[in-house]
Amino acid sequence: MKITKNEVLYVAHLARLELTDEEVDRFTLQLNDILLYMEKLNSVDTSEIEPMSHAITLNNAFREDVVLPSISPELALANAPEAQGDFFRVPKVIE
Amino acid sequence: MELEPVIGLEVHAQLLTSSKIFCACSTAFGASPNHHTCPICLGMPGVLPVLNRRVVEYALRMAIATNCVINRKNYFARKNYFYPDLPKGYQISQYASPLAEHGYVEIETEGGKKKIGITRIHMEEDAGKLIHDETNPMSYVDFNRTGVPLIEIVSEPDIRSAEEAVQYLRTLRDILVYLEICDGNMEEGSFRCDANISLRPRGQKEFGTRTELKNMNSFRHVQRALEYEIKRQMFIIESGGEVVQETRLWDESQGVTYAMRGKEEAHDYRYFPDPDLVAVFIDENWIAQVRSTLPELPGAKKQRFMEEYGLSTYDAGVLTSDRFLAEYFEKCAQKCQQPKSAANWIMGDLLKLVNEDKRTIKECPVTPEHLAEIINLISEGTISGKIGKEILEEAYSTGEAPRAIVEKKGLVQITDERFIAEVIERVIAHHPEQVAQYRAGKEKVFGFFVGQVMKETQGKANPKLVNDLLREKLKN
Repeated sequence: MKITKNEVLYVAHLARLELTDEEVDRFTLQLNDILLYMEKLNSVDTSEIEPMSHAITLNNAFREDVVLPSISPELALANAPEAQGDFFRVPKVIE
Repeated sequence: MELEPVIGLEVHAQLLTSSKIFCACSTAFGASPNHHTCPICLGMPGVLPVLNRRVVEYALRMAIATNCVINRKNYFARKNYFYPDLPKGYQISQYASPLAEHGYVEIETEGGKKKIGITRIHMEEDAGKLIHDETNPMSYVDFNRTGVPLIEIVSEPDIRSAEEAVQYLRTLRDILVYLEICDGNMEEGSFRCDANISLRPRGQKEFGTRTELKNMNSFRHVQRALEYEIKRQMFIIESGGEVVQETRLWDESQGVTYAMRGKEEAHDYRYFPDPDLVAVFIDENWIAQVRSTLPELPGAKKQRFMEEYGLSTYDAGVLTSDRFLAEYFEKCAQKCQQPKSAANWIMGDLLKLVNEDKRTIKECPVTPEHLAEIINLISEGTISGKIGKEILEEAYSTGEAPRAIVEKKGLVQITDERFIAEVIERVIAHHPEQVAQYRAGKEKVFGFFVGQVMKETQGKANPKLVNDLLREKLKN
């Protein structure tokens, strides 16, 4: 196996996903398959090839520094599970 | 065992663009909550961020000004973590390929100039603002600041004391403000600093265990927090304990640092290139074009002021602390050809007027040309220094030209010896008692006579003439 159950649980925690035992087993197997496939790609010699960060070759797509109207706070808050005044409201978090 | 502090600083500077880094929302400070937001900075699914060109230009200015090597190809990465001030669940930042690396700035220390290395400068977006409810377990989120452009400037661990840390910060801030890319306001958070600090026996190469300090909102906080943390770590080490690697917050009211609450989870940001943003290529032309727009930087300007105008280190430092103050001085000095007088007038009476008025030098109603005129009126003997001050105040409140004020108010200095001699004789005749005192050797009374003569002439008599003639007349 390329990946352990513990690693799956760790990654799930980082993504704030709650998994059932059955899902942990299933995803461990699936992730293992994906990693094995990656292993296959690793067998290709890429020492002469520059790493690629994007699938498209376009560069320097800029916008000019111009302000356009924002959306209304009502619209901004429309999907908020909880709001108060013009604020989003969340459970208190202190880092 | 002598312990030596090792300090590295991470500075976040908000860039003075009009719009955010990846969307067209305004960056203006102080708007009502969530009024400067849109689907892009709110992190709605399916939106496409597009990079603000000016952010790259501003970041390039700082990179060039701090002697960095510019990475020709650089791209943005996602820094993944969950926090309520971060709507997307990731911050767009730069990781493997920052904009610039391997720079340095020179700071002034008691032992002379010192180079502080700059590890990297990268571009990123700011997070939102959280307001914690005092009574309920709730926090309120304002995303206006989300997506405001930042540059992060990371120093090498080259700093060895709290004073050096503050000096380095001041140097960075002065450069940013000179470049007009950041307003440098620590209290409002447009210039922020975190510090990494550890101790090690002097001479040892390896670093000790470090703590990270946060929540320092002024230069004074930085200085005090570092001094406290140096003492705290020193005490732990000297009493045989071990420093724990952790993040600590500065509490200004208590004057202490304390460990952040909550369990210290190892951060695992899983950086990867952001597929929504294409790579940025910076060619020689772009670098050369930005370089050509850079102003003279504070360090170089200070040096030049000392050499070209013969100013002291202190005067040159004060006058170059603000770009517009330096410009004001140069215009004035060139016009009156008396740089030292210009420096004294600006740093003394002029700044006093401006500061009392809570204005900046840019808003000063007295132009540098007008101040030069006052200085010339004094040096050519038309008015006395005292009248010069009055004229400055008058020019400050009315904006009128000094020469016009002199003529209008009849303030031309009296240099007519016969006239002054007459006044002196009158004063002497009216104060026989003081004359006797003076002649009996009471030197102090001399000032009284000068004052009386000045009063009689409304301060217009040439002081040197008054002095000379008085001494002569009082002798016999």
